[in-house]
Amino acid sequence: MNNQQQWIAFSTIVRREIRRFMRIWPQTLVPPVITMALYFVIFGKLVGSRIGDMSSLPYIQFVAPGLIMMSVITNSYSNVVSSFFGSKFQSNIEELLVSPTPNWIILVGYVVGGMARGLGIGFIVTVLSLYFADFSLNSLPVTIGIVLMTSLMFSLAGLINAIFASSFDDISIIPTFVLTPLIYLGGVFYSIEMLSGFWQTLSMFNPILYMVNAFRYGMVGITDINIMASFAMVGLFSTILFFFALWLLENGSRLRN
Amino acid sequence: MKSSNQNALSIASLAKTYDNNFKALKGIDLEVSQGDFFALLGPNGAGKSTTIGVICSLVRKSSGTVKVFGIDIDEDFSAAKQYVGVVPQEFNFNQFEKPIDILITQAGYYGIPVPIATERAEKYLKQLGLWEKHNVPSRSLSGGMKRRLMIARALIHEPQLLVLDEPTAGVDIELRRSMWTFLEEINRQGTTIILTTHYLEEAERLCRNIAIIDKGNIVQNTSIKNLIKQLNKETFILDIKEEIKSCPVVSGYPIILTDSHTLEVAVDKNKSLNQLFSMLSEQGIEIVSMRNKANRLEELFIDMVEKNLDKNEGGQDE
Repeated sequence: MNNQQQWIAFSTIVRREIRRFMRIWPQTLVPPVITMALYFVIFGKLVGSRIGDMSSLPYIQFVAPGLIMMSVITNSYSNVVSSFFGSKFQSNIEELLVSPTPNWIILVGYVVGGMARGLGIGFIVTVLSLYFADFSLNSLPVTIGIVLMTSLMFSLAGLINAIFASSFDDISIIPTFVLTPLIYLGGVFYSIEMLSGFWQTLSMFNPILYMVNAFRYGMVGITDINIMASFAMVGLFSTILFFFALWLLENGSRLRN
Repeated sequence: MKSSNQNALSIASLAKTYDNNFKALKGIDLEVSQGDFFALLGPNGAGKSTTIGVICSLVRKSSGTVKVFGIDIDEDFSAAKQYVGVVPQEFNFNQFEKPIDILITQAGYYGIPVPIATERAEKYLKQLGLWEKHNVPSRSLSGGMKRRLMIARALIHEPQLLVLDEPTAGVDIELRRSMWTFLEEINRQGTTIILTTHYLEEAERLCRNIAIIDKGNIVQNTSIKNLIKQLNKETFILDIKEEIKSCPVVSGYPIILTDSHTLEVAVDKNKSLNQLFSMLSEQGIEIVSMRNKANRLEELFIDMVEKNLDKNEGGQDE
């Protein structure tokens, strides 16, 4: 395929992915927005007003960047994992496999589709958060950079999960038993300064902590983590996941007989 | 690159052993000329779908070479795939999408721009009688419509080799015949077609050349005409006018009385039907209609597969 054909193949996959999550909007777009609105009401207004300040910020301002990041992470991941596994389950992944579309285009297409949903939901939740909290953006490049990289990383992770999955149980195990605990323990609701030494050190092994803190820095200017370390961590993980996912597609053992 | 004297498909020593050690293909050789209408026949589990899977990259071969219009799939599978369109046995499109979207999306995977894809989608959906349904969810289509949708999808990048894996399975006879006419037309326009089917009548009607595969081996590879020539005997069912109680005896024609109005007669190739009729007539038996017990090709097919079975069983005893 020449460059123009590859571009057409790539944009076809992205368009199809966007069409998919738009078609099933009651499942893909509405629930995360309702969930986040409840978080803002309960943790931001009701409970948050009693908590007071966190890292010298009103709790609603502290928690809002984490909640936005949480929706970006879960939606980027779940879009790719459900779409790719659905294609495997219905065998319509064969439409792509028999075509001359290179594996790296398939990979990038699915990932960009996942990012479109993750970032779209992130944007809606950000707009929603403005109703509950006032923000003066601290750093646009940091905010945009980290949210893009985070969405990329979890879209890649979702694809890998889908390639390995052989049943619907397999695509819910990682989000339930790995992703959710990492998000909740990743500094979304609290500052790790509140933790004792051992738990603080343990938290440093949680990659989501780096993303949430970098995003919070971008939005409100406070962080528990070095920003450059955050970008390095997300960049490193994304690179490893990209090449691993590409190897899985090239190897094809879980997609082809 | 492709040249006019190359085969559409050349397979040499193709073998496939699955992870569970099942040897689906045991080193088959197969050549299909450009413009041919080729049948690949075999019982269930013979290796037909595995062969097709290797050609279109859904199955990874264990060894051997496959060339599509001279392009070795090991060297440039992407280029080879541009020549091939596949209609699989099972429905494998997204049932929630509309036929028009399925076709345009498939075209996109081949690098075809949307305006051209839209034009072609309309053309093939109209040719296959699906245009009225182009904007409804595919799950609402009937089984026959879904089959035709898969043919339209396989043609959207206008491949020069079309591979159909039992395309008319479960399709009613009227629709099957209209699909035959459509396939004959695109073959006439130059598309090479490889067809696997269980309907031997279909192979005899459509195809010029044939390969019979059984237990991972090609047991016959010839023209349909040559294959029919190998037929030594045909079995006919004769419907008789008056009820008879005992089976008539006609020298040289083994007859079975299946019921009081029906005879089954095996006729050697060198024997005449006229003679049979006159001898039955002499016995006061009037024939009202006659038909083949099975399709001619079916008799040969069963015979060859049974011989292959005997050979294999013999080999296992040694």
